[in-house]
Amino acid sequence: MEILSLLGDGMLLALQPLNLMLIIVGVTIGLFIGAMPGLGSVNGVAILLPITFLVPPSGAIIFLAAIYYGAMYGGAISSITLGIPGASTAVATTFDGRPLARQGRASLALVTAAVASFIGGTVANVFFTAFAPLLASVALSFGPPEIFALMLLAFATFVGLGGDDIPKTVFSICFGLVLGAIGFDQISGAPRLVLFDINGFLQGIGFLVLAIGVYGIGEMLWTIEQSRGEVESETPRMTVKGMAADASESMRRGWKGTAIGSVLGFFVGILPAAGATPASLMSYGVAKMLSRNPKDYGRGTPDGVAAPEAANNSASTGSMLPMLTLGIPGSPTTAILLGGMVIWGLVPGPMLFVNETEFVWGLIGSFYISNVAAVLINLAFIPVFIWMLRMPFTILAPMIFVLSIAGGYAATRDMFDIWLIVIFGLGAFVLRRFDYPLAPAVLAIVLGPIAEPTLRQSLLLSSGDPSIFFTRPVAGPITVVALILIFLPALKLLRRGKRA
Amino acid sequence: MSFTKRGVLKAACAALVVFAPLPAVAQDWEPRRPIDFTIMAGPGGGADQIARFIQSVAERYDMTNRPLVPTNRGGGSGAESLIHVSSVSDPDHTILVTLNSFFTTPLRQENLGIDIQTFTPVAMMGVDPFVLWVHVDSGITSLDQWIETVQGMNGDYVMGGTGTGQEDSIVIAYMSDAFDIEVNYIPYDGGGAVARDLAGQQIMATVNNPAEAKGFYEAGQFVPLVAFSDERLPAYPDVPTMRELGHDFSYYNQRAVVGAPGMSDEAAAYYQALFTQIYDSEEWQAYLESESLSPLWMDADQQRAYWATQVETHRALLAALGE
Amino acid sequence: MRKGEIVTAGVLALFSIYLMWKSTELPVGYVAGRGPGGGAWPFWLSAIMLLCCGMIAWNWWRRTSPPSQSDEPFLDGYGWRMVGFVGGGVIAFVALVEVISMYGAIAVFLFYYLRFLGRHSWGLSLGISLVTPILFFFFFEGAMQITMPTGLPFTDPVFDILYEIIY
Repeated sequence: MEILSLLGDGMLLALQPLNLMLIIVGVTIGLFIGAMPGLGSVNGVAILLPITFLVPPSGAIIFLAAIYYGAMYGGAISSITLGIPGASTAVATTFDGRPLARQGRASLALVTAAVASFIGGTVANVFFTAFAPLLASVALSFGPPEIFALMLLAFATFVGLGGDDIPKTVFSICFGLVLGAIGFDQISGAPRLVLFDINGFLQGIGFLVLAIGVYGIGEMLWTIEQSRGEVESETPRMTVKGMAADASESMRRGWKGTAIGSVLGFFVGILPAAGATPASLMSYGVAKMLSRNPKDYGRGTPDGVAAPEAANNSASTGSMLPMLTLGIPGSPTTAILLGGMVIWGLVPGPMLFVNETEFVWGLIGSFYISNVAAVLINLAFIPVFIWMLRMPFTILAPMIFVLSIAGGYAATRDMFDIWLIVIFGLGAFVLRRFDYPLAPAVLAIVLGPIAEPTLRQSLLLSSGDPSIFFTRPVAGPITVVALILIFLPALKLLRRGKRA
Repeated sequence: MSFTKRGVLKAACAALVVFAPLPAVAQDWEPRRPIDFTIMAGPGGGADQIARFIQSVAERYDMTNRPLVPTNRGGGSGAESLIHVSSVSDPDHTILVTLNSFFTTPLRQENLGIDIQTFTPVAMMGVDPFVLWVHVDSGITSLDQWIETVQGMNGDYVMGGTGTGQEDSIVIAYMSDAFDIEVNYIPYDGGGAVARDLAGQQIMATVNNPAEAKGFYEAGQFVPLVAFSDERLPAYPDVPTMRELGHDFSYYNQRAVVGAPGMSDEAAAYYQALFTQIYDSEEWQAYLESESLSPLWMDADQQRAYWATQVETHRALLAALGE
Repeated sequence: MRKGEIVTAGVLALFSIYLMWKSTELPVGYVAGRGPGGGAWPFWLSAIMLLCCGMIAWNWWRRTSPPSQSDEPFLDGYGWRMVGFVGGGVIAFVALVEVISMYGAIAVFLFYYLRFLGRHSWGLSLGISLVTPILFFFFFEGAMQITMPTGLPFTDPVFDILYEIIY
């Protein structure tokens, strides 16, 4: 009961006129920042931080939460309308969101994303409110072997994502993993794979560089070439009635994905180092596995949009848990928020929940309110995004190239990475032509840099004994399930391959 | 709301001090475009926190006519930022927040061709001490007890850190040598992850800056055993220093701001004046105290001399590490 | 397509071999008591990539994969022209960023694309290609505080004025 009254105070605070205005402004800013390829909540939070001295800390937190939520919603928008995942959390959204948009059902995809995000975020908020301290100890029990096992599970969901050509899919996965290994070897601290001895590779290759190259440049070139420049936008006009129909259709055809994403997303999100990307990917994979029509996935099913979107919102809320209960950042955004707490004179750490209840519950309360504001504002802006899609393709296409290059620079601040984007884009165009699936590479570059160090940390812990992945109480079952999931479809595919 | 009240009170105190007329910053040169404020580490670490703190102080009192734009370039133990800063076309608008990798990274990777003496000294904002932490459940309360435990485990004692060649590994290497102990060292990608895994008892001990372990210390989960500082830390008055225990060793992480190589003297003077002002601000002094940083103010020439001695010290320390 | 398929596989195989060779700068074996060495992860993954290239070549020889059965060229005349104009335009765009600044390059690229590839009217092309970079400037520099490349020093006077406006 005490929790509820604290939460109520937090919400009331967020509903004061000034704060409500901050929420509306924050969500709108966040929505556009998130919709911009290359920019995400981390940029929004970072620019806001210095001005938190100017507004009272309560307003600052509320503003932060609003931007955070807005950006989470916005991530889906560029995935669906432009086909470029603006953040790694929104890669899985492109799998079905993009096909829907191509079929002229962009509004259904956008509405589904908004509704699923809202439900995911709300479910996560409720879990958070009810179980935060308990879940913190769960998060702590995840050491390197557990995280590696979880990554293995995420890889298991890859198996079904590639094309029909097994060697090309495996090539793509390994290619992404190797690209992720460029830079420095975390364990020995030695430079690694500095290709052609160019110093630019020392900093490694970020997810966004590959994703923008593949989707922003490569896919665009492919579309232009395939369509002979004659892309006609079939996107119908938006009406209120149409949107209501979309909303009901999104719930009818996407409730399963939403449910899976909301719950799974939260639990993966609270784990250290995992975060929203594996969460959205695993939710997509699980939704596909449990679906009666797995063939629909990848061709534009609302479930395929709802699962990753519910999951990444739920996980992003979940990743606040290690920050608030332990003082440990779960993502770059929460890292900057932690810095903010220090500026406000708070001590991040396990005592924050005990000593600074007003702060903590003020933040959680504003999550609830921001989430409601975000879904409403997002829905209100959908016609604008649809209108953008109705632009003639010969205007939209150069705009996407410009957004890719400028957004890529905003994310990396390095011309070397911009050249890499162009090289990846041209390479992706060629590979796309020869049926190499590239989504697995894009996901592998996110998961590889988590998987490899945790694998090696675990083996260091066990003095080189791989049984550590099977004997630990939490890691063991996850590893076994992951291995079964990886090898079952692989065996099935091999058998099918032999018959063919 | 308590934090609000405290915030307002603090702001009021600060305002009294700072809105008293400020000594005007030397006005011969002023930045004409946003100042590239590169951080030699990823988001969330000590250096990042400090950079963003500095930025907010500068923003709050409107100390600069162009904004400081913090950018994290932590790749390759800071190699990324060193390359970036030494190759910018506009050195007058580029400054760098450094830590000790400023000394160690050029030593460990000579092929980068970075000579840190070409950089421009701006300000030494403070030095961050290191402390040896264990989890409270281990029952260890003193260094002697710790050494005994580690020796009894024949190399199976697990410590976490931010990587071979990084600051904490240098301290651990020193201890291994001085106490004749052997530990299993697990590298992580940041101080936050190390603290988390000590709290979850995935590892048994760490050497970490007080700022990164403070939250867990206040929650009673971490026990500090020894500080690697010259004098006892005011926030941890009961923790002995290495020197008291008879070992002539102290080790700090520098929190310094340097300018890009080739910065004009006028620009350097501007930034030196700016950071003096930030250093003297109420906020920064409070930050030094709350995060247990030690002040170590130096002028430009002293900083250059300090760099030279630090490079030699680190060369010897890294050689002892077998790098 | 058929020729392209095997050439692509060959190039990727060579790249995999290069990655394997580059990985051997760090130990690629299993270090007793410490797990795999620093080069092991990329080395063995590159080895799998090489193996995959072999299998792609095998499928090519057996003519089981769609591209290996197809007789159509990798790109026809129209395709080459399109990719040349668009892809070349993007490369020129990025090259220009380092000369006439991000915003200048955006204006030139948009104008080139809209007017010459999109065949839009002069007014529309000029309008969009001038308004977009200005909006971008206020968004990135003003609102997001992200400094974009300003190109060679000769652009300085323009940016000095622009920065004077927004700060």
